Amino acid sequence: MSKPFYEVGAEEVKPLSVLSPEGTIVNEQYMPALTDDQLRELLRRMVFTRVWDERAVNLGRQGRLGFYAPVSGQEGTMIASEFALNKDDFVCPGYRDMPQIVWHGLPMYQAFLYSRGHQHGGQIPQDVHVLMPQIIIGAQILHATGVAMAFKKKGEKRVAITYTGDGGSSEGDFYEGLNFAGAFKLPVIFVVQNNGYAITTPFSKQTAAQSIAHKALAAGVTGVQVDGMDALAVYKVVSEAAERARNGGGATLVEALTYRFRPHSMADDATKYRTKEEEAEWEQKDPITRLRNYLTGKGLWSEEEEAKVKEEAKATVAEEIKKAEATEKMTVAGLIDSMYETTPKHLEEQKAEYL
Amino acid sequence: MAQMTMIQAIKDAMRVELARDPNVLLFGEDVGHVGGVFRATEGLQGEFGEDRVFDTPLAESAIGGLAVGLSTQGFRPIAEIQFVGFIYEALDQICVQAARLRYRSGGRYNAPITFRTPIGGGVKAAELHTDPLEGLLVQTPGLKVVYPSNPYDAKGLLISSIRDNDPVFFLEHLNLYRSFRAEVPEGEYTVPLGKANVVREGKDVTVITYGAMVHTSLKAAEELEKSRGVSVEVIDLRTLMPLDIDTIVESVKKTNRAVVVQEAQKTAGIAAEVIAQINEKAILHLEAPVLRVAPPDTVYPFAQIEDQWIPNPARVVAGIEKVLDF
Ligand SMILES: Cc1ncc(C[n+]2csc(CCOP(=O)(O)OP(=O)(O)O)c2C)c(N)n1
Repeated sequence: MSKPFYEVGAEEVKPLSVLSPEGTIVNEQYMPALTDDQLRELLRRMVFTRVWDERAVNLGRQGRLGFYAPVSGQEGTMIASEFALNKDDFVCPGYRDMPQIVWHGLPMYQAFLYSRGHQHGGQIPQDVHVLMPQIIIGAQILHATGVAMAFKKKGEKRVAITYTGDGGSSEGDFYEGLNFAGAFKLPVIFVVQNNGYAITTPFSKQTAAQSIAHKALAAGVTGVQVDGMDALAVYKVVSEAAERARNGGGATLVEALTYRFRPHSMADDATKYRTKEEEAEWEQKDPITRLRNYLTGKGLWSEEEEAKVKEEAKATVAEEIKKAEATEKMTVAGLIDSMYETTPKHLEEQKAEYL
Repeated sequence: MAQMTMIQAIKDAMRVELARDPNVLLFGEDVGHVGGVFRATEGLQGEFGEDRVFDTPLAESAIGGLAVGLSTQGFRPIAEIQFVGFIYEALDQICVQAARLRYRSGGRYNAPITFRTPIGGGVKAAELHTDPLEGLLVQTPGLKVVYPSNPYDAKGLLISSIRDNDPVFFLEHLNLYRSFRAEVPEGEYTVPLGKANVVREGKDVTVITYGAMVHTSLKAAEELEKSRGVSVEVIDLRTLMPLDIDTIVESVKKTNRAVVVQEAQKTAGIAAEVIAQINEKAILHLEAPVLRVAPPDTVYPFAQIEDQWIPNPARVVAGIEKVLDF
């Protein structure tokens, strides 16, 4: 039975993979054009980030970090999508997207300060093109449309990229952002990291849509679905999206299918809503294993190299957390002075109580 | 009688009402299957079914709007907003659509919704998870605002809120969820909305407060009793809208001095309103200006300095001493 002409329809979508979980090429024609050095650098960043994540979780347990959202499992999407951009492209992150903004240039100790609840964590250096991580899910999606419109108005060939999760794709801000991007034809990339859960809520309860990528159709922007555990596939679709955006082709919604290996946050217990079997199944798709196998097969990676990166990551994290801990503490008086350009009289009076 | 924490008492209230009235529904982000990020609703989906206790997609405005629509069809929604800062996402639905439904329809429709959210600082949560936003809600005509300080009141007030035919915003202080246990009767009982409670009797000065600041103020009162032999009366407002001005005025007529303590920023908040009403109704009984102990007018700070920002017993003592020594 075919549907009547007055009923809209949408074709099925399948995620793009370039590598199999074992690291062999399954889709040669979509292999991104990356040099050997770039391939190595991509894996280096992923391995580094995995160690950093492990360390951060431990630092959290020791009370040396505050709010922290683990990233292990999502490196393929996080790292490769940022890697596909230029340094002067602009990143609007959610709370989990620390790796993207650090690899985009935010000093790591500032990421730690952000987690520790210190204002200096958000004082982004002038030459780093990112916003602070957003706690309000979806808000950053709208900021990305504004950033993209600014690039367009100034005639700059830069793009804005923003990240959210499968849960975030249910917020009104998400639909509004997509629609603005379509209506104004903006150079923006929306990445939804579909890791299957919004805290405890499974994707099946989040939407009845065929996929998140399909939501692009309603907004008149390009929608793609990618294997988020495959860094090369992510690199491919994001670099295509960036090129399209730079050349006036408008926005892209990228749905990356991925998984967070750890709980939602330090306060969460994933065993309450996920099975061991499911976790084991996804661990088989580890984005690092996959890329490592591929690079090892090409003679571009070795155990020694990996060990070196891990040591480097441990040392860097240790240094950066020390730097964060040594940063001068915030004061209430300083907080008061950070509210306005010029502190008004009533706040000056209130400040006196805290000096 | 059972000993319960405040969060257990809150769950118990919802259980009682879900069992009593088939029109009561409970929903929000993560409240169903797992029972909420604080487990305030743990087990309720198992007991009452997914039809009545359910997870929603992640969208606060939709949670608010869904509740409004459901209430026009006879349901009594309990809608959870996962953390207080996310009410901003739903302010139109809460402060406009729900709060004005009765008015806009000339009484044809009403919104017997209970919005619940954790609030209140001191737990080093991420940004926007604990901000004291009660003032926003109190400034919204059509809403009632409830803010309990202990397990007994929490259960009785929540049952009253669910039974109320107007929208009630029920605020649950995060630091009180599990900080102590108290006796809570089983089954049904109510604590009336709009009634304050004198939690400590005294004759020299009145402290008017609510939420976690009740405990901070009680500590300050004990300190002053010891250090200066001062007898401090402490009033727990329990409901912020409507305000129980009669209990306050009665106390002020006795003590002739008052301080208002709040966790929210100083300007244009509950304390300002309490003081204005004391002026209107009891100015000739006052021996000193009524003062506020409140944080400065800044954004709720990042975790690192929240403990310096939130009023502590020493600040409350200092405030009371100013009024005593005026
Ligand atoms: C507006 C808003 N509502 C609710 C929350 C609380 N919250 C934090 S993370 C989260 C789930 C997000 O899930 P998803 O978007 O899938 O991203 P993930 O955490 O899986 O990366 C929720 C409900 C929030 N931070 N902001």
